[in-house]
Amino acid sequence: MMTELSNRRAVLKAGGALATLVSLGVVTAEQALAAGREGFAAKTLAEALAAVGGQPAASDQVQIISPDIAENGAVVPVGAVSKLPNTTEIYLLVEKNPTPLSAGFMIPAGTEPEVQTRLKMGQSTNVLAVVKADGKLYSAVKETKVTLGGCGG
Amino acid sequence: MADPMRIRANEAGGVTTVRVLMSHPMEPGTRKDASGNLVPAHYITDVVATHNGKEVLKAMWSGAVSQNPFLSFKFKGGNKGDKVVVKWTDNKGESRTDEATIA
Repeated sequence: MMTELSNRRAVLKAGGALATLVSLGVVTAEQALAAGREGFAAKTLAEALAAVGGQPAASDQVQIISPDIAENGAVVPVGAVSKLPNTTEIYLLVEKNPTPLSAGFMIPAGTEPEVQTRLKMGQSTNVLAVVKADGKLYSAVKETKVTLGGCGG
Repeated sequence: MADPMRIRANEAGGVTTVRVLMSHPMEPGTRKDASGNLVPAHYITDVVATHNGKEVLKAMWSGAVSQNPFLSFKFKGGNKGDKVVVKWTDNKGESRTDEATIA
């Protein structure tokens, strides 16, 4: 770890071009995009959570809005509300979908930590809202029963 | 070119509620057509909403978001008459930008 870090510093010092890229935000932007995107390829809930940043702590300050029973799995209204201060990111995950991570939202200062959208669900599943507040992860879970799957086939 | 989005933005008590309905097939790439061939993925990957040039929401989506996606969010600092601009980009590189006036 230490050597990796010092190597990186050496590279940064040596490589003026790279430093310029970093200062321009080109590299960080690409890294940020890649970092945010890898979770969408995760096939299991555990992998998706790892990509988001680790195991979240259950919190009653996070609310997941998802119906008890969804008749049509192709259009399930899902939303999340966070009452935690400094909420910066909200993720919606559908546990039993082929790729659980469904949507991520970046919440800049001034925007309420409250989003609502519609998701597809293949079968009855747990739906998770994972929230990043002050750099820590919190979550809420709700089970939604799906009468008719929405992933086609 | 995709159909325009329907955007509504309403301000009440200093909080602007934005509701967006986009027109997009949101094909996840896991479905098969009648002859058993995979339908290629075609879905919105990124959505960015701005108010007076300031980003108020950024979303990253997968193909699990429903067809003709709906999105709703709230932000502070919007005034009646201001413009809210929403832009989406899909995995084929297509994009669409629409705007609405806060009412």
